Amino acid sequence: MAIPLIYNVRSVRARWTSAIVAVIGIAGTVGVFIAMLSLARGFRATLVASGSPDNALVMRAGSTSEMMGGITLDSVRVVEDAPGIARDSSGPLVTQEVVGVIPFPLISTGTDANVQVRGVSPHVLRIRNFVKIAQGRMLEPGLSEIVVGKNASTTYSGLTLGNILNFSGSHWKVVGIFDAGGSSFDSEVWCDAPVLNQVLKRPQNIFQSATVHLVSPDAFQQFKDAVTSDPRLNVDVIREVDYYAKQSTRFTTLITILGGVVASIMAIGAIFAGLNTMYSAVAERGREIATMRALGFGAAAVVVSFLVEAMLISFIGGAVGCAAVLPLNGLTTATINWQTFSSLAFAFKITTELLIKGVIFALAMGIIGGLLPAVRAARLPVATALREL
Amino acid sequence: MVRVDGNGGSQSLIRVRGLNKTYSRGGEKIQVLQGLNLDVDKGDFVAFMGPSGSGKTTLLNLLGGLDVPSAGSITVAGDEITHMSGSKLTQWRARHVGFIFQMYNLIPVLTAYQNVELPLLLTKLSGSERRKHVETALGVVGLADRMRLYPRQLSGGQEQRVTIARAIVSDPTFLLCDEPTGDLDRKSADEIMALIEELVAKYGKTVLMVTHDPVVAARAHTTLHLEKGVLVEGTASSRQSVLAGGAA
Repeated sequence: MAIPLIYNVRSVRARWTSAIVAVIGIAGTVGVFIAMLSLARGFRATLVASGSPDNALVMRAGSTSEMMGGITLDSVRVVEDAPGIARDSSGPLVTQEVVGVIPFPLISTGTDANVQVRGVSPHVLRIRNFVKIAQGRMLEPGLSEIVVGKNASTTYSGLTLGNILNFSGSHWKVVGIFDAGGSSFDSEVWCDAPVLNQVLKRPQNIFQSATVHLVSPDAFQQFKDAVTSDPRLNVDVIREVDYYAKQSTRFTTLITILGGVVASIMAIGAIFAGLNTMYSAVAERGREIATMRALGFGAAAVVVSFLVEAMLISFIGGAVGCAAVLPLNGLTTATINWQTFSSLAFAFKITTELLIKGVIFALAMGIIGGLLPAVRAARLPVATALREL
Repeated sequence: MVRVDGNGGSQSLIRVRGLNKTYSRGGEKIQVLQGLNLDVDKGDFVAFMGPSGSGKTTLLNLLGGLDVPSAGSITVAGDEITHMSGSKLTQWRARHVGFIFQMYNLIPVLTAYQNVELPLLLTKLSGSERRKHVETALGVVGLADRMRLYPRQLSGGQEQRVTIARAIVSDPTFLLCDEPTGDLDRKSADEIMALIEELVAKYGKTVLMVTHDPVVAARAHTTLHLEKGVLVEGTASSRQSVLAGGAA
């Protein structure tokens, strides 16, 4: 039978000053680990939320982002006739769009940061039906009016309802604030596509992408096959969700690797702290260990007992680390989306899965840090250790 | 009956033959025990005396399966322990040996009850059976009302009583006492010795005890001296060599 767990619990409590070094080390490591991953998760979630499963994005063949895309009005007309597109009384639900990057001053620092300005068609709210006008109204086509995402409105100076702005040589009136459900659109400014083309001095018949609303997610393949096999078109078709997921890949990979490297370096430190704590535990409790061995507890029981103790300490560290980063959940931050060169606001996303991973990471550190001291405990010369003072 | 001439019968509870123990220190070999013989019957109470470094504790460690001899054999209740593997020896200790240490060796973070219960965790007894055994053992040593206290809340004499309760709770074949009164005042030492005597007289326990104290040794049935690696009977000054059929 194993050495009772209560022995380890009370030993940790009795030697808390020694254990606290390891607890802090592990807590810090787990905190950074979770924070970095939650950053990546939040960024990805924000972008993925921008896509709808029943929307498809049409761009010039070979384009990897809207910024590089180009699709003519003639092509858009051909696309509108493709099968699988949802229609309403006004016709096919297609929004041909142009995007530009305009600097706006940040409220926090006063310095400029790039904001993605998207020229949209009048159908846009029926195509991206999760976007709701929270204040004011939707923009009128043909007018220099803008609606602003809720994050953009609270991040940049002047993007408040009723304000008149001057950019790209034109005056713009903020007529509405929209809520895009935490997606990347919340960081955008929307205006009428032809008006934006005009002020950016771009050809009126060229857009950068067209987003179509399908009758159902299952209609995607039929639509894609029809469009990509049409000899009049030279376009790529991608599900909107896949497009945004792909956009998030570079940043999430970068932050995950960076987080992994930082957490690994910190983990080495935390493991050494754990080693130190457990080695001192073994050194201080040599006589207790020898007594247990003399009473008949085997070497394996001692190894398990000290591993359990190391895991107990690391679990506490893991729990503290989780608790410490929990307030970050939902906290909004911003970074450059390197696909669009514009600022993207997103929130830390701490999920139960991440917390469990953090605790598992902590336990792994505990096992690694506790193994050698546990083996040393089991190998103590019993007869000698029994007489230690 | 205790014998040290190696002529004891096979019915002896503890039979030691030709026991050698050699240590290496700085390249030099130190022979602590040299062909030691011993026979102890069930219910015997033996005290081992001798100057520091004479090998008393080494002998106790070998008898308790905490160390292995360089040569010779130790047989307890028919089991020869000298060739047992480490894990077998550990199991054997749990079943056959009750240890009483000079410094008590109680686990400070466990209560008296939990300390006494430790050896029983290695048995198949249920929780309620364990409780009964622990309460009985603590009752025997007169500490039934202190079972919830931690070692730091007990006096030295009480701590040693808890150690004795832990040693007897699993009803081992014999008890090994290493200077059981070495850390106690005279009054507490007397009480502990009275308790050990009671264990022998009333419960038929076999006790092997190491002590420096002649007063304590006098409480045993037989006192043996370790001199030059072998056991001799009588006082150290008499230098009387091994007697066949030494008094028990």
